[in-house]
Amino acid sequence: MTVWDELVGQEPVVEVLQRAVAAASSGGSGMTHAWLFTGPPGSGRSNAARAFAAALQCERGTGCGECHSCVTARAGSHPDITLISTQGLSIGTDQAREVVRAASLHPSSGRWQVLVVEDADRLTDQAANALLKAIEEPPPATIWMLCAPAVEDVIVTIRSRCRSVVLRTPPAAAVARLLVERDGIDAQAAREAAQASQGHVGRARALATKDEVRRRRREILDLAGSLRTPGSCLRAAATIHELAADHAKDLADSADAKELADLRAGWGVEERGKRPAGYAGALSALEKEQKRRRTRLSRDAIDGMLLDLLSLQRDVLAVQLGSVQDPGDLVNADVAGEVQTLARLGTAESTLRRVDAILECRESVAANAAPLLCLERMMLALAA
Amino acid sequence: MASPFGSILLVTGGSEFLADRVRRKAVGQIREADPACEVAESEAGRLVAGELAALTSPSLFSTSSGLVITGLEDLVDAAQAELLAYAAEPSSDVAVVLVHGGGNKGKGVLDKLRKNAAVHEVKVEAPKYERDHVTWVRREVTDLGSTIDEEAAALLVTAVGQDLRALAGAADQLVSSAGQGVRVDREVVAQYFGGRADVRGFEIADAAIEGRLAAALEQLRWAEANKVAPVLVTSAFASGLRSLTKLADVRGGLRDNEVASAIGAPPFKVRALRSQLRGWEPEGLARAMDVVARTDVEVKGGGADPAYALERMVLQVAAARRG
Repeated sequence: MTVWDELVGQEPVVEVLQRAVAAASSGGSGMTHAWLFTGPPGSGRSNAARAFAAALQCERGTGCGECHSCVTARAGSHPDITLISTQGLSIGTDQAREVVRAASLHPSSGRWQVLVVEDADRLTDQAANALLKAIEEPPPATIWMLCAPAVEDVIVTIRSRCRSVVLRTPPAAAVARLLVERDGIDAQAAREAAQASQGHVGRARALATKDEVRRRRREILDLAGSLRTPGSCLRAAATIHELAADHAKDLADSADAKELADLRAGWGVEERGKRPAGYAGALSALEKEQKRRRTRLSRDAIDGMLLDLLSLQRDVLAVQLGSVQDPGDLVNADVAGEVQTLARLGTAESTLRRVDAILECRESVAANAAPLLCLERMMLALAA
Repeated sequence: MASPFGSILLVTGGSEFLADRVRRKAVGQIREADPACEVAESEAGRLVAGELAALTSPSLFSTSSGLVITGLEDLVDAAQAELLAYAAEPSSDVAVVLVHGGGNKGKGVLDKLRKNAAVHEVKVEAPKYERDHVTWVRREVTDLGSTIDEEAAALLVTAVGQDLRALAGAADQLVSSAGQGVRVDREVVAQYFGGRADVRGFEIADAAIEGRLAAALEQLRWAEANKVAPVLVTSAFASGLRSLTKLADVRGGLRDNEVASAIGAPPFKVRALRSQLRGWEPEGLARAMDVVARTDVEVKGGGADPAYALERMVLQVAAARRG
């Protein structure tokens, strides 16, 4: 298995990168020192960057996936491949300066010093500016790889210093094949998951392997058929709101507890007795940060569920306009019957109005409006 | 009143306004007892070890002295020991006033102080419920040398709100304009504070939902003038309409308690909700919710003018009612 195998449905990109690897080892043209990987979420931007990094370091020069260098690169422990990412909201100047220092080092064992910034869209403007000089003229053996959803997410001065690599949304068939080959999922389930996730490889995998994720998605899709009275709309909105809060709680609780334990250990706080001066401030700063993260997680979860609802409306519209012949081609093929029913009940115009309602709700939630209220408004509009 | 010298007055409790008042009154008494006396005031947090001894010693210029220490909860350990030592053997020429800001901090030193014979404690607690505020206003007016009846006091509390400083100011104004010894009645209060109201979002929402448009708009203006955050108004509308919409969905024949648990509202509100619901159709409720949700985005920076957005929301919600 070579390092390129996990890049699903990105054949054109893989070809470009392989040519660059060949050029890098032969000294020909086609290699450059800074790369910007962009593509929709789930398309494998950071995977592409990592595969490229591994191939550059490969002892056989191809990205064989078997030599010592390839194995350590895949495990994330290669000494000359530095991965920069964040769990927080942004990458600040402190972290960026640290990276600049690492960029000036000579590779210790491999041929290149590779720096992969996985969340280049989270660089603050100041942090991005701190990187500028290092990206423009790195030492001869240093390679930069930045990943972001779109080129616009990176400031223009960085953009102009990088060679752009654009990944596409992988075709459902390719994602399904990966699920079958890598994760051993049966063909039918893999196909459904690949379609329902609309090319997001990670989501497809979660849908195919985790019952809970599947159940949650079904619950959301079933809501669309349950909207009759205004009261039922409010209940549907409350359901989404609670599911999102639970989801955020699942993810945040353990992280919160660990951070709190670390903080207490760092300040030497015991169960009883006096707290050291300054601890209260540090504690409240941590709690504020954790609350912010929880809000973000729950908003992200709401957004994900809205996307599910949106894909359902998309299917309904496709059926209404007669552009889908085989029910198996629907994004939500597993609920094709319901899609047919919803399509019969409304017209293309009413479906478009519903799509607008969902999109407006996404915008309002992103604009910091009260999420429950936005959801209620949307559900009432869906029922109208 | 016994002489303030040689004793320690301890003021405790959470109401800063009332504590301040007691402190000022005590200082007045000290000055009255000995006009030549010097009164020093310091914050407990700034006292360093040894300073307390200097402050409680007689001054060169007068035989007696007064000492006021505020923020007793911030007293450092060393100074605490000195204070307790002084409390055990107070000087007969020194009057001490200690003010503790309430809460649990520094509770240890309070407990130890209370055990001394020289320490007299005055507890000040702010009234909690509206009824207590009415009683407080009545006593306040009596202290100022007039009387006020229950109804007039209640009217004053609704108009001014529950901030003690504002209430005390209002009582003072009423007594000085009505004249000492004159009974303050409803008319006098209405003359000075009529039409004014301490409005909360829920009152505006209820008025709009019940179709009392003029009252809703008037209260909204008062809320703006009183700097009520626009988000509180939209959230009050949302929660009012949410309860109504849920109530509309509950089938008939249930008792109030069952309905209350079904819609997640307190039982005593169910009757009010039922009468509000009589003015609404499901479509109207959906329309009103839509307006409120849009307004919520607008007051959070989505629109140019929050005040305009709120006023339009009140009009549109009232218009969404039946008929």
